[in-house]
Amino acid sequence: MRRAALMALLSALVAAVLLLGIGLVLPAWLLFTMTKAAAYGLVALGIVTLMRGGLVSFGQGLIYCLGAYASGLLASRTGITDIFVLLGIGALAGILAAGIVAPLIARYRGIFFAMLTLALSMVLYGVLAKLTFIGGSDGFNVPEPTYLGHAPDLAQADYALYAVAVLLSVIAAALSRLHFDSMAGLIALAVRENELRVEYLGASVFQVTVRNFVIAGALGGLGGTLNGFALGHIDPFFSYWTTSGEFVFIAILAGHASVGAVFLAALATELVRSFANQYFPESWQLFLGAFLLLVMLFLPNGIGSLWARLGRRRRAPAEGGGE
Amino acid sequence: MQHDHEPAMPAAGAAPVLEARGLQKRFGAVVAAADIDVAVPAGARLSLIGANGAGKTTFVNMVTGYLKPDAGRIVLAGRDITALGPRRITRLGVCRSFQIPQLCEPMSPLDNLLVAVGAGRGGVAAPGGLQGLARFFQPARSGPAVAAAEEMLARFDLGAYADQPVNELPGGVRKLIDIAMALVRRPRVLLLDEPTSGVSTDEKFPLMDRVMAALDREEVAVLFVEHDMDIVTRYSDRVLAFYAGEIIADDRPDEVLSDPAVQKYVTGTAAAAPAPAAAVAGEPDGEGADAESR
Repeated sequence: MRRAALMALLSALVAAVLLLGIGLVLPAWLLFTMTKAAAYGLVALGIVTLMRGGLVSFGQGLIYCLGAYASGLLASRTGITDIFVLLGIGALAGILAAGIVAPLIARYRGIFFAMLTLALSMVLYGVLAKLTFIGGSDGFNVPEPTYLGHAPDLAQADYALYAVAVLLSVIAAALSRLHFDSMAGLIALAVRENELRVEYLGASVFQVTVRNFVIAGALGGLGGTLNGFALGHIDPFFSYWTTSGEFVFIAILAGHASVGAVFLAALATELVRSFANQYFPESWQLFLGAFLLLVMLFLPNGIGSLWARLGRRRRAPAEGGGE
Repeated sequence: MQHDHEPAMPAAGAAPVLEARGLQKRFGAVVAAADIDVAVPAGARLSLIGANGAGKTTFVNMVTGYLKPDAGRIVLAGRDITALGPRRITRLGVCRSFQIPQLCEPMSPLDNLLVAVGAGRGGVAAPGGLQGLARFFQPARSGPAVAAAEEMLARFDLGAYADQPVNELPGGVRKLIDIAMALVRRPRVLLLDEPTSGVSTDEKFPLMDRVMAALDREEVAVLFVEHDMDIVTRYSDRVLAFYAGEIIADDRPDEVLSDPAVQKYVTGTAAAAPAPAAAVAGEPDGEGADAESR
């Protein structure tokens, strides 16, 4: 329904204005946390896209890391520091990597798909750790990004990157919502439920998987670039399996009903992590684990199912999905 | 248009919509299709009968492209489809339903039908540029797709169930949804795999009446794979009897069912006819089992 599409765009616009406004008064540490959450949310949104087609990638760190390295190396070696160019390069690297990997793994399902992606990301980790001319296991620093020729001073730099992160997330969320509600999105859900039938109806399960993986690739490359420049440092740990695990963690926390929930879940994870890390440096993972356990117990379809369910009850039962 | 073919419009005396010539298929020593010749005109209501392993499923799988014949040709509306892949054949107008309904479980009947409409578009890559992008992002529940899906639900009298999860619906309704998913593609040839299996005896005629009423306005050629001779007699205008990979009878239902060979080898109604040695030896059980359970 057109109205649903309009609603997605409208809520994206409102979210963007609100977040940009709030950003002006937030303390620097929270701006940084939210920028990181946006980066993680983008990658997790890619995993959610795959999950809707019935697959989970445990190696999204591969794409994320390649995006960060491609844009980071470009910035540190050539001096091209415009954030929009760098994001474009990061996304392109993600798309390329996903485009090469996808046809090789798209025939696999379930645990085999997950393990193959995990293995590939660990291969990249091993290779990058050995490549001393790009920093080896220490990685390398990246310069401060510029914004369409404008180089903000130190006080504004955090907000500038935050603003870019907000815009990027809002656009990605709106486009993903439209994609999920489109015919392609519906067929992806059908693939998850009954591959045999989808093939007998004339659609290619392979094609659906490749498309979703490439979309996840673009999102992963963007997330890697964003986080690389937020941290100012990129290293092979971007491709380590625990990094990939965090993306899956966020995706499961969010569920696949709502795209906004993905970013909320990313923010919640980041906040729990920062606080627990600060007050219980030895046992912060325990808190993260307990948090996930609670969500899985009480909201097995993720936090996004909370308002997706409310929305369905309010509206006529005819419309599915939430914002 | 969401379909890449026009519905078959048969003129009087037109060429058959589906034609198989000299189809042969062997699985090792088992002959699943000996030398099958069939011509199916548009609008036909054709039953395929035969014991398990007689070659019905092999025939269906060859027509849908999931098995390639060792020899022979399959022609759909004048076009040789023998070498084409299953998805291509589906998009050219051969659709099937399943003995055990193959639905997308927690989704609603409406969404299941929308998937059927959308899957037939054959990828979303069609027009490039902005127009293609706009089409890609067009909501699934919009435009002609939802109209086609709702029309098909109404035709099977399933409108009341449109938004319930299909896993909560009774077996007969699920059967109908399964058939509606195949029919919403406006196929030239519709293969119904045991439409009444798993349905109680007093439900099977009402169910078939609804199916036949829904098919009534369609020029589609319908091929039932069926074990129930009441259904065969009542709803088909022609019967193919399979035995050991061959078609041993091809005629009106009453003619075929009174044929001594059919009574002996297929329906088992011949008085005091012990199964001949050939019938037992020629029973190819390697093939049917897994394919038929789909």
